[in-house]
Amino acid sequence: MLDWFSDPLSFRFMRLALVEVVVVGVVAGFLGSYVVLRGLAFVGDAIAHAVFPGVVIAFLANVSIFAGGAAFGVLTALAISGLSLTRRVREDTAIGVVFAGAFALGVVLISSSPGYTRDLTSLLFGDVLAVTTTDIYLSVVIGGAAFAVAFLLRRVLVLASFDREMAVAMGLPVFLLDTLLLLLITLTIVIALRAVGNVLVLALFVTPAATARLLVDDLGRMMALSTLLGAVSGVVGLYLSWHTDLAAGGMIVLTATGIFVAALLLSPRAGLLGRWLRAGGAEGAAAKA
Amino acid sequence: MAVEIEGRKTPAAPAAPPALRFERVSVRLGERLALREIDFAVQAGAFVGLIGPNGSGKSTLLRAALGVVPLADGRVEVEGLSPDEARDAFAYLPQRRQVEIDLPLRAWDVVLMGRLRRERWLRPASRADKEVASWALERVGLAERRNAPIGELSFGQQQRVFFARALAQEGRIILLDEPMNGVDTQTQDIFVELLAGFHAEGKTIVMATHDLNQAAAICDNLCVLNQRLLAYGPVEETLTEDVLAEAYGVHLHFTHRDTGLDHMLEDAHHHDGDEGPPGARLV
Repeated sequence: MLDWFSDPLSFRFMRLALVEVVVVGVVAGFLGSYVVLRGLAFVGDAIAHAVFPGVVIAFLANVSIFAGGAAFGVLTALAISGLSLTRRVREDTAIGVVFAGAFALGVVLISSSPGYTRDLTSLLFGDVLAVTTTDIYLSVVIGGAAFAVAFLLRRVLVLASFDREMAVAMGLPVFLLDTLLLLLITLTIVIALRAVGNVLVLALFVTPAATARLLVDDLGRMMALSTLLGAVSGVVGLYLSWHTDLAAGGMIVLTATGIFVAALLLSPRAGLLGRWLRAGGAEGAAAKA
Repeated sequence: MAVEIEGRKTPAAPAAPPALRFERVSVRLGERLALREIDFAVQAGAFVGLIGPNGSGKSTLLRAALGVVPLADGRVEVEGLSPDEARDAFAYLPQRRQVEIDLPLRAWDVVLMGRLRRERWLRPASRADKEVASWALERVGLAERRNAPIGELSFGQQQRVFFARALAQEGRIILLDEPMNGVDTQTQDIFVELLAGFHAEGKTIVMATHDLNQAAAICDNLCVLNQRLLAYGPVEETLTEDVLAEAYGVHLHFTHRDTGLDHMLEDAHHHDGDEGPPGARLV
């Protein structure tokens, strides 16, 4: 049993991968609370796809895919934020058009590279076993900064999410806060790409936070639990992937999804099982009366 | 709890600027002129009922006072300063249009929001903040529900939590946008009593409301609005047949007997727009 845990640790790439998924899981899990509370899942997905051409260009030019992804991600986040000011186009429609187009551009660009299929797969679905120490430093610095800002600003971010009119009346710069939140999410998406890739990255934000929301009713606890679940999903998923020899990124996301489904069924408060049992009890009581 | 706010001078009788001064204020919302050349001043300590039909600009007037809506023309002064400089003078209970009531927040968290100040956004709530929040929750009769999720409280209780948040701001100028719309009578009684108390303490209160009877009963001044300022002054001078006919666009029989007012408001209600919440009380 102990071997199950210790064996993989004798490999350096596995140790690096574990550090990477914990860092990414923690930051994405924490910021994911905001994504879920603000209903930003679609926007986050759009950003995750829109960074793809940047990642491909950086990959082909043999420069840091962090830089390439961050450049495109920040542009996209600012564009989405700016779009919310004008009301000419329905926001979700415009986002849909832009992110699908950007993603297609990435696919076309990478098809020009000789190792097309392999490269595409590693970019789209992540390649966490290939992370380097440089990747980890970048994840810690960028992720740590995003986490710190989102943590320090939590009172104002929560007020702006809960009651916009009051936030404005109290003098909060709500537009800047929205933009900042999108930028923090973008940077976290970019550092998480190595672990799970463009297509799956959003699950690291949404799933742990959605699970936490099912289990607790208090925002502070929800954020803490979501952070924890992000890290746990990363570690458990990585181990499962090692022992089953199946794709790491997919396993990490499936682990998070599995925890979500378990919470959905078993949560004492909102769980379907409990609700079903209580409904049965009520009927029984009614029958007796 | 009379907490003096730092840097405030005791209002010297003659020189003290009015709590709010609107100077030829016009506000454009999209294509529409929501307020046209509003020109009046609310003296410190006044309790003003802000009345007018739906879409008459009541909310916009409050938002102009807060400095959160761009003025097409004119200017607003708050205790002689710009609204932005006087931010901490306000307590505000907005209408509930943009509230995400399903967020996992407890009543307590919502009241504490009233304690946020620009110079200490990054700091967690201090002990003093928590004391004020406790006091505010107690004043609205919800001390025992402090840990209840806001979404699980009744509508009236939620409104009391929002009122408590406004109290926690400890403002000298209290702006309320339809605070009693759709709330239960217990909540209404609590609000009326608290407002009377604050009025007695000398705070300035401006309350937008549909309920003309109530406005006439508890406010000392009325501001009748319909894009333009139709009347401002003591209740008996402003609540006249002519003014109300102009505001609500209907000609009504007005008598000085109490029941006459009821009859008139019934008609005004029928003429009202359909934007109001279903629970809106007029009579």
